Formats: sequence, C-alpha cells, structure tokens
Amino acid sequence: MRFLLAKDLRILRRSPLLVSLLVIYPLLIAVLVGLALSKGPDKPRVAILNELPVTGGTITFGGTKVDPADYGRRLFASIVPVTVHSRAEAERRVRDGDVLAAIIVPADLVQRLQRTITLSGTGPKPTVEVLYNAEDPVKQQFVQSTIDARVADLNKAVSTKLTQVAAGYLNILLSGGKFSLLGSDFDILGLKRSKALVDSVLTRTPRGSPDREALQRVSAFAQLAISNLGLSDVVLGSLATPVKVDQQIVRGRRTPLDTYAVAVAVTLSLMLVCVLLASGMLALEREEHAFARLVRGLVSREALLAEKVVLAAGCAATTALLMTAGISAFVSLDWGRFPLWVAALGAGGLAFGALGVAIGALAREVRAASLLAILLALPIAFLALVPSGAVATGLYDAIRVISALFPFRPALDAADAALNDTGGLGTALAHLAALLVGWAIVARVALQRFS
Amino acid sequence: MSAAATEDGPALQARAVTRRFGDREALRGVSFAAARGETLAIIGPNGAGKTTLLSILGGVLAPTSGEVSRDPRDVGWVPQQPAVYGKLTVAENLRLFARLEKVADPDAVVARMLEQTGLADRAGDELGTLSGGNRQRVNIAAGLLADPDVLLLDEPSSSLDPRQRARLWEFVGALARAGTAVVFTTHNVAEAERFADRVLVLADGELLFTGTPAALHDAVGSQQADFEAAFVAFLRARGH
Ligand SMILES: Nc1ncnc2c1ncn2[C@@H]1O[C@H](COP(=O)(O)OP(=O)(O)OP(=O)(O)O)[C@@H](O)[C@H]1O
Ligand SMILES: [Mg+2]
Repeated sequence: MRFLLAKDLRILRRSPLLVSLLVIYPLLIAVLVGLALSKGPDKPRVAILNELPVTGGTITFGGTKVDPADYGRRLFASIVPVTVHSRAEAERRVRDGDVLAAIIVPADLVQRLQRTITLSGTGPKPTVEVLYNAEDPVKQQFVQSTIDARVADLNKAVSTKLTQVAAGYLNILLSGGKFSLLGSDFDILGLKRSKALVDSVLTRTPRGSPDREALQRVSAFAQLAISNLGLSDVVLGSLATPVKVDQQIVRGRRTPLDTYAVAVAVTLSLMLVCVLLASGMLALEREEHAFARLVRGLVSREALLAEKVVLAAGCAATTALLMTAGISAFVSLDWGRFPLWVAALGAGGLAFGALGVAIGALAREVRAASLLAILLALPIAFLALVPSGAVATGLYDAIRVISALFPFRPALDAADAALNDTGGLGTALAHLAALLVGWAIVARVALQRFS
Repeated sequence: MSAAATEDGPALQARAVTRRFGDREALRGVSFAAARGETLAIIGPNGAGKTTLLSILGGVLAPTSGEVSRDPRDVGWVPQQPAVYGKLTVAENLRLFARLEKVADPDAVVARMLEQTGLADRAGDELGTLSGGNRQRVNIAAGLLADPDVLLLDEPSSSLDPRQRARLWEFVGALARAGTAVVFTTHNVAEAERFADRVLVLADGELLFTGTPAALHDAVGSQQADFEAAFVAFLRARGH
C-alpha cells in the first residue's frame, strides 16, 4: 500500500495543473461562502431629502424641547445617508441604482408631529416618504425591512418621549411644581399638597359640620388619586413599549458568525479536495487499465480502496489545516486546540475519502467521477447549511436525514467543535466513523463491476 | 521458475470454463491444457472471447463456472491495452510492479527487463510521452517481472513495427525454450502458424479446434493457398 501511495503522490506531483485546480477551486468556493456567511450586507446607501425649514428644528411640548435631528440620527444609524437637494434628484439616484432608496422628510413634518403630540387636533399624521427601486426583489425586500425596522424604532422613540412627557404632567398633578405653557410659568399646587391643605383645614373644622363631611370626601379622593397616580410612570412606560423583547438563545450556537464561517469554509475545502481526489485517483486506476493488474493478487481491492481514502484524506486535511492556519491571521482562533483540529479534519477527510472512492467506483471514469463528485457534494453541502425554520418542518426533517447520510454535516460539526469549542466533537467523530464504514462498503460493492 | 511447476503435469489447465455477461455467453465450456515450454496461439474473430479467456486464466475475471489449474500469481499477464501509469517513467512503472510482485531484487529485475526490451535509453521518460509500440513493450515487460511459469499475451504484436515484432517473437521463443508455457492471442494468423506449437480456434465463446497449424490446414482440405485462407475457410465451414 505504501508503494501505491508513493506512486499516487508522484502522479499528483507531475500534474501541477490538476493539483493547483484541486487546491485553488475549493479555496475560492470556501472563501466566497465564508465571506457570504460572515458579512451581512453592507450598510445601504440611502438618499435623504430634508425639506424641513432650517429654523423649524425643534418641537416643544409641555415645556420640553425635542430635536428631531436626534431621531434622524437614529434613523441613519443603519444606513449611509446621501444628502440630496430635490425630489427629482432623489428619484434619479434611486433609478440609477446609485442609492438603494430615498427618504423624503416633508417640510411640515415637525408641525404635524407637534399637532399629534399636543393632542390639539386630528390633522394628518406625520408622514415620511420612501422611494425605492423594485427591480430587484431581494433588494426591495431588504430596503423595506430595513426601513420598517428603523421606522418602528423611531415610532418607539417618539412614543417613549411622549409617555415621559405625559408622566411628567401627571407628576406635576401629583406633587405640584412649575409648568410652562405658551411662554408663561404656572405654579401647580399638586394633589399631595392639596390633600395636606384639606387635611389641615379638616382638623380645624368642628365635628358635625356639613363642611367637614365634604372635606373628608375630598381628602379621601385625593388619597385614592395619590396612591394610584404613583403607578402612572410604570403604566405609561408599558404603553410606550407594550411588548418588551427579551432575547435568549435556547439552543444552538453561541460562537460569532465569522468563526462559524471559518468552519464552513474549511469543511467545504476539505470535502471538495477529498472527494475529487479519492474518486479521481480510483477511477484513474481503471482508466490506466492498471486496476486489473493490481487486483490479480498484487493488492486486495480493500487495500486499494484504503490507500485512496488515506491519500485523499491526507492531502485534503493538510490543505484544510494550511487554510485554517492562513485564516487564523485574520480571525482569532485558539491554536491550543490544534490537536483537535487535526482530529476533526482527519476524521472528516477519511469519511469524505470513503464517499469519494464510492463515487469513483460507481463512475469508473475520471471525468465522470469528477463531475459526479461535484454534482453530489455541492448540493449536499448546501442542504446541510439550510437552517431550521427556513423551510417547512417536514422538508427540514428530510434534509436532516439526507445530511446525516453524507459526511458534510458531521464534518462541519466536528470542525466547528474543534475550532470554536461548541461541544459535540465526540458525537461528530463517531458519526464520521460510521459514515466511513458505510461508504467504504458502498465503494467495495461498486468495485465488483469495476474492471 | 516457481516450485509449483511440475515436471510432468501441464503448466496450465482450463476445465469447462464458462463466462456469462448478463445474457451473453462469452465463453462456453472451454477446456485445454498447455505444457511447459509450449507456445499456444488463440485465434478467432472479434468478440470470440479471446480476451475474456485470457483474463480468466490471469485471474482478472472470475469464471461463471469451470476452473483454472494455476494460481494467477504464478502467471504473467500482458493485457491487450497497456496497463501501466502514463505519469510514471518507464523505470518507475517497472519498479512499482516489481515491488508489488515482491520480487527479491526489484532494481536488478528492472535493469534486466529494460535491457531485454531495449528500453534502457528511455528508462527516465514518462510513459505518456512514449509511442504506442514502446508503451506496449513496457506493458509486456511488466508481465514478465516475476519470471512466471506461464505467460499470457493478449495481442502482443498488434502495435509493434516489424523489427520490434521480430524481437518480441525471438524473446518469446527464448522464454519457451527455457520452459515457460506461453499462451498468446493474435489476429495475425501467419504469426500463429509461425510461432505457435498449437492453435486454439475460438468463435462465439466456443472452442472449435485445438491442434497444430498443419492439422488446421488439413481439416479444410489442401486447396487453400495459405494458413490465413485455411483459417477463414474453417470458420466459414463452421458457420462463422
Ligand atoms: N465486461 C464486459 N461486459 C459485458 N460484456 C463483455 C465484457 N467483456 C467482454 N464482453 C463480451 O464478451 C464477448 C467476448 O469479448 P472479448 O473481449 O473476450 O472478445 P475478443 O475475442 O478478445 O475480441 P477482440 O478480438 O476484438 O479483442 C464479446 O461479445 C464482448 O462484448
Ligand atoms: Mg480481445
């Protein structure tokens, strides 16, 4: 077997184009997938047309000044704002694809907001216009959801501010204090001090006096109001945010997305190099007609399969380890876990190698084997990456079963566990061992009609 | 020469060998024996089952029924299509198979084979860069590495030039004189007449004739000009 291994390595060394393709292609795919996974879309460029009069900046209510620019900043936190100066310019930029969308803030926004807040009228609601390009449904979806989310944030911020102000009013009613309206200051007595006044008058009112009974009723009402208005902050607060979101991860990963992307990228490379190499090198034995010479007593079919699996796993795991080392320059990885990386990538390589020789034995020709390897491996990988909840439950169960029959999912779990300490390495390794045996049996059966 | 070679019994014997590929019967109960030092030619039309028979004798294919007397490891096998690696050099190919055959001194054997096949000056060239004939010579050399008692050659001369063909038969003759039983197939029936002690005529998986070339000539009458014409007439008389 060692002679065969040396022979295959020599053949590979003399096929530099094939080897560089075998290394570069998976690396490219892995890097692309890694990038796609680790980075959300960049902040979209959005045109902003601000028609607010330069001076009409602030809203005043209940003596509190609110600067809409504060809210503007919140709105702009998740976009790159591009200032435009006319509606026509905004439309043109959206049409040209220069910006993803345009937001038009009308001149009367502040007045309308003021009217809504002071409850003085039932005029039109404050409205912000959004223009976007709907030619790309994915983009449109993205813009819509981004803006919806921002507008929800803004609404929440405004309503929080409103309830703060309302609570402030109530507090003045309760405890008394200064209150300014239309430029004049008022001193409000407040319920607590009113009750104190009433109570002190009460002590001086003779029993049986009709005034005393009336004053007692006023005092009792004041007490009731004081006790209940004390809760107003809480009650109003819950109105501003009726549903509070408390996020908790119940199950699943806790590692940052980019280290998971490393595991995906490395596993993809491992798979492609391994499956292509194992299937191609086995099919090559037949194409060179050497298979017949080998198996007539020189080498058993089992040893030949084992040699190809070891060859592919060794080459692919080495490539994957080098790739991991390269990535560690950009993403921080724990080198203390290196032996675990080797274990995970080695086991993954062996299982992929077994799948590869099965493909090689079934396809029997190098070109057909490579094609079959790619046709089979990529969909399996993408299926294994489908997150739960993205598809219907029944379909997801089917995907899980299919994924479990191929080494990608467990190899990814093993790589993730080894790289990111997510746990479950033992289970993944056992799964890979089972797949190694299973696919080796398929390969051995397929080899029956090989020569 | 391995200890398994017996002085009196045949070097190789096939008994009622049958091979089926699905519904097609490629061989139907073929029996024959080859003595030590004897050269046997198997001739017959395309698809007669010659390659199938040699593959079974060489242990590459299992017979559907029937048996072969020799362990394939004692048999040298030279397939119709060169079974060597295009990306390895001539010497590397021979050394690999010598090691896999577990010969005592691989390097010495490789040097001897390079000498015998006249390929010493091409030893460092990759097989893929060689001409078809030279590749066939390496293929033959690979079958001879273990110095087998029985040598099976499937159309060994088909891609050789006349000079190389002469060298091949000279070489095969020397092996036979040294006691090796040689079984070869060929479409060049004149070669069979010249170099074989006996010919086996195979058609449609059936063994139609076993005997000397002269006996085959006699079987169809003496009006045929040469052996090839006699062979064709024989096949026609048997409905092929
Ligand atoms: N692996 C196979 N699967 C199916 N049929 C086969 C296989 N190998 C050979 N055959 C069939 O068996 C028959 C004998 O084939 P074989 O190659 O032995 O003929 P041959 O005498 O060597 O022919 P040629 O002179 O063309 O080399 C043919 O009909 C062929 O189609
Ligand atoms: Mg043939």
